[in-house]
Amino acid sequence: MAETIDQKTIEHIAKLARLKVTADEAVEYGDQLTKVLAHFQQISKINTENIEPLVTPSEIEFYLREDVASAELKTEAMLENAPDKAGNLFKVPPVV
Amino acid sequence: MSSKNTYRGYEAVIGIEVHVQLKTKSKIFCADGTNFDAADNENTSPVSVGMPGTLPVLNKTAVEYSIKTGLALGCQIRNKSIFARKNYFYPDLPKGYQISQYDKPICEHGSVTIVVDKEPKKISITRAHMEEDAGKSTHFGDYTLVNYNRAGIPLLEIVSGPDLSSPKEAAEYARTIRQIVLYLGVNDGNLEEGSLRCDCNVSVKPIGRKELGTKVELKNLNSFRFVEKAVEYEIDRQIDEIESGKKIIQETRLYDPDKNRTFSMRTKEDAQDYRYFPDPDLLPIMVSDADIERIKKTLPELPFDKQKRFKETLNLSEYDAELLTSEKELADYFEELSTASGSPKLAANWVTTEVLREVNTHKINIKQAPVSPAALAALLKQVESGAISGKIAKTVFTEMWTSGKSAEEIIKEKSLAQVSDTSLIEKIIDDILAANKSQVDEYRSGKTKVFGFFVGAAMKATKGQANPDVVNKILKQKLES
Amino acid sequence: MELIQASFKQVSDAVKTKKISAVEVTKFFMSRAEKLNPQLNAYIAFNTKAMEEAEAVDKKIQQGEAVGPLAGVSFGIKDLLCTRDLRTTAGSKILSNFVPPYDATVVARLKNAGAVVIGKLNLDEFAMGSSNETSFYGNCKNPWNPEYVPGGSSGGSAAAQSARIAMGTIGTDTGGSIRQPSNFCGIVGIKPTYGRVSRYGIVAYASSLDQAGPMVSSVEDAALSLEVICGHDPKDSTTSQQKVPEFSKNLSQNVKGMKIGLLKEYQSGGIHADTAATYQRAVDELKKLGAEVIEVSVPLTEFAVPMYYLIAASEASSNLARYDGVKYGYRSDFKDLSSLSLEDFYSQTRGEGFGKEVKRRIMLGTYCLSSGYYDAYYNKACQVRRLLREQYLDVFKKCDVLLSPVTTTPAFKIGEKSSDPLKMYLNDIFTTSTNLAGLPGMSVPFGFSKEGLPIGVQLTAAHFNEQAALNAAYALESVSGVKERRPNVF
Repeated sequence: MAETIDQKTIEHIAKLARLKVTADEAVEYGDQLTKVLAHFQQISKINTENIEPLVTPSEIEFYLREDVASAELKTEAMLENAPDKAGNLFKVPPVV
Repeated sequence: MSSKNTYRGYEAVIGIEVHVQLKTKSKIFCADGTNFDAADNENTSPVSVGMPGTLPVLNKTAVEYSIKTGLALGCQIRNKSIFARKNYFYPDLPKGYQISQYDKPICEHGSVTIVVDKEPKKISITRAHMEEDAGKSTHFGDYTLVNYNRAGIPLLEIVSGPDLSSPKEAAEYARTIRQIVLYLGVNDGNLEEGSLRCDCNVSVKPIGRKELGTKVELKNLNSFRFVEKAVEYEIDRQIDEIESGKKIIQETRLYDPDKNRTFSMRTKEDAQDYRYFPDPDLLPIMVSDADIERIKKTLPELPFDKQKRFKETLNLSEYDAELLTSEKELADYFEELSTASGSPKLAANWVTTEVLREVNTHKINIKQAPVSPAALAALLKQVESGAISGKIAKTVFTEMWTSGKSAEEIIKEKSLAQVSDTSLIEKIIDDILAANKSQVDEYRSGKTKVFGFFVGAAMKATKGQANPDVVNKILKQKLES
Repeated sequence: MELIQASFKQVSDAVKTKKISAVEVTKFFMSRAEKLNPQLNAYIAFNTKAMEEAEAVDKKIQQGEAVGPLAGVSFGIKDLLCTRDLRTTAGSKILSNFVPPYDATVVARLKNAGAVVIGKLNLDEFAMGSSNETSFYGNCKNPWNPEYVPGGSSGGSAAAQSARIAMGTIGTDTGGSIRQPSNFCGIVGIKPTYGRVSRYGIVAYASSLDQAGPMVSSVEDAALSLEVICGHDPKDSTTSQQKVPEFSKNLSQNVKGMKIGLLKEYQSGGIHADTAATYQRAVDELKKLGAEVIEVSVPLTEFAVPMYYLIAASEASSNLARYDGVKYGYRSDFKDLSSLSLEDFYSQTRGEGFGKEVKRRIMLGTYCLSSGYYDAYYNKACQVRRLLREQYLDVFKKCDVLLSPVTTTPAFKIGEKSSDPLKMYLNDIFTTSTNLAGLPGMSVPFGFSKEGLPIGVQLTAAHFNEQAALNAAYALESVSGVKERRPNVF
């Protein structure tokens, strides 16, 4: 039973994902996602009782790094791409 | 539930989340430094700024510290725990998600005993999970500036059960956690620098009612006193609301220490949907039973156990045992002294008075004390053998502290050794008695109060070095013969 | 030596013995690329420092210093891999001004082996696409026929390699993005086992599926360059610590006794006649060469596309959260920060910075992870994924490699599928399960359609057994009869 992704849902998701979506786009995305999910719904019929979800698909040995501090790059290099900054700090709109 | 923790017919239910900053040299997922005094964004790298394609690689020491803390809190350690992404947008969160743990935390099901008003109480620890810290935003009217030095500092979030029932218990719980992580050496205990942060979940309900009230989360509690004050205020505020017929809203409130009140930060209405899912960039954290055993062996004796041992096997008073175990270094100092001097009681007296006074006056850590336990033990032995008096010993100690010389040297240099030579004291006393006939008569006629006068004169004549016990004994003999 | 046809080894040997300089090789491919790129749009940017880097390689050789097995080889890199001091866009507007201060590990290893990066190659935005039509920098064209797509997402890599405007290229493959464009453009492409190649510095699309690999002209070149980029990376804890075999040394065309599995599920329905014929010829040739061909089954491959899109979109929705206009990249042109809400700041920046397909997948992924849907979509897909992997593990007890078509059809026309997302997604039917199971897979050219478009076949092997796929491909390559065919741009 596939659900319809209505405009309200699209708006909610868009808000969660911080994406500005126009009313037209909301309709378009709603239709497309409804269609796509209706198709994808087919996996629901596979019995997965007690099956642990798989994330990493191949066998990889657990790896940890030693606790050693080192400075890879200069502070300035970290801010070089910043759209806006003040000194060596990133500048954004007021958050409170 | 004891009846004392009730408020106008209500009782409080409190749970605490303590964010413990793990004292590692580098961050949890990259090699950036962790020093507090770094310049703006100095401790950053492509990983901690969340640049494209960069990946987290887990710090071994952060895992060990987490396990160590979990074991100290009596937790079960998962052989396989999972990092999850907590997704939300905020400028201090460089990747748009925080790497944390969700349904499979590394430590679970522990407990810790706190003591309030001499009564021990067991507080359950629901879980302790690893996560990365966020950066720091500084707000100016028209804009906000962001520093990512703190982003990626390893944290262990210790979550208590809702077992605390008073502001005092809440503060004591937080204090106990701090004491334990300091004992373990996994945290520097610095609340002002944010090395340890407490969030309290507070709700109230009419006495005896089963179902819990709506809980409110309190943040910005950067001292134990503030924990106590804020919870106290919040309990009051919630009861006021309910009494006036209002409903408690589930929300986060900030504590303002200047005004001693809490105010609303955000309601859970505009609820976050964090969309937790396992972080595919990190494999499950694998911890073998052998790892757990190995780390278990490195655990120091914890404050609660140590206190018990000090009382039971060293016969210290409740007060001394508590004071001496308040910090691990202090307890270590005391124990070394106690062993070296062979006298736990004397050692306890000295540490709780003389040593602590100097430490506090000079505002130093006991570890930096210029008088080592071995040096102090040598001094105490001189007292025990009667070579010097307790009073002189205090002067010698002060001198040891400032000069760094040994007790023996100082005693020798200043000829402070106590005079116990009976014949010498006898001669002095004979002289005094001869010179003060009228007082001798007074004494012999029953006015024994004058005894003190003779003691004083004898001590004066020996510049205080006469052994007072010997003086007393000889005086008594001579006057009463 | 004709540079256009020379192998990596030939060029590298010539450079090392000073028969030709790295500068000359670089100049040759750079000028060829600059000349042909306007008609193909394979490159997004050229490396203006390529000549200097080539000079450095020559200097090393002159001074008798050791240089690696790719000395002087000109590489084009998919613009999803970060290149130090060279703009890296991921095909997106949101990274249109991003200059990384670091190299992806793959790039660092290529450079370390003596390769010279000559430019950054076009791709679908954030590698999300099968046709290269979602690139912010315009769609790339198929050198065999410019009306057709080169495939995607590594379309620029495939087109550049096929037109030989690079000696070698690097692509990435999340659900077929190396194999499908290789197939469409008639080149050799290999996606290694998940965990073989470091993902450090590769702009993440779907972390549990992404792998980089070479897209080159021959199996030999594939083996040699794969050797260079494989191996554990302390910056990526999802890389395996297993020793990397000497793929090029172990390369063999002898497939006598090799067990080739044919997936029952990939035999039926909707396969283009020319694709089917090419595939059948590959089966026959392998038999002739002495391989044993058996039919096997992995029933859950039927669900690979849904599984793939649910997982990839979920991971992507989180991976792409970092593009927020705070630390780097595009920020909407706000006149005044002071009156701006944080939410508008993000939404507008991201709304303008991402293209349609990317937004669609972020929305899909956000939905699949959101409260109430997590279990039915993301988690369910991960559970089925485990079952799929188990079915594959069973199959590889019976055979050494799987042979199949790469796609159901040869390259399609530009614009043909871009209006219908679902249609586009279903195109990935034969490639996605390889990524879901973490297996190595490759595409090797084997035939042509009647329209003259290349058709390849796919070889899939067990985890960490790239060698088996390479050897089977090597054998097929020797009998393909298409190795000398070149697209018209020559």
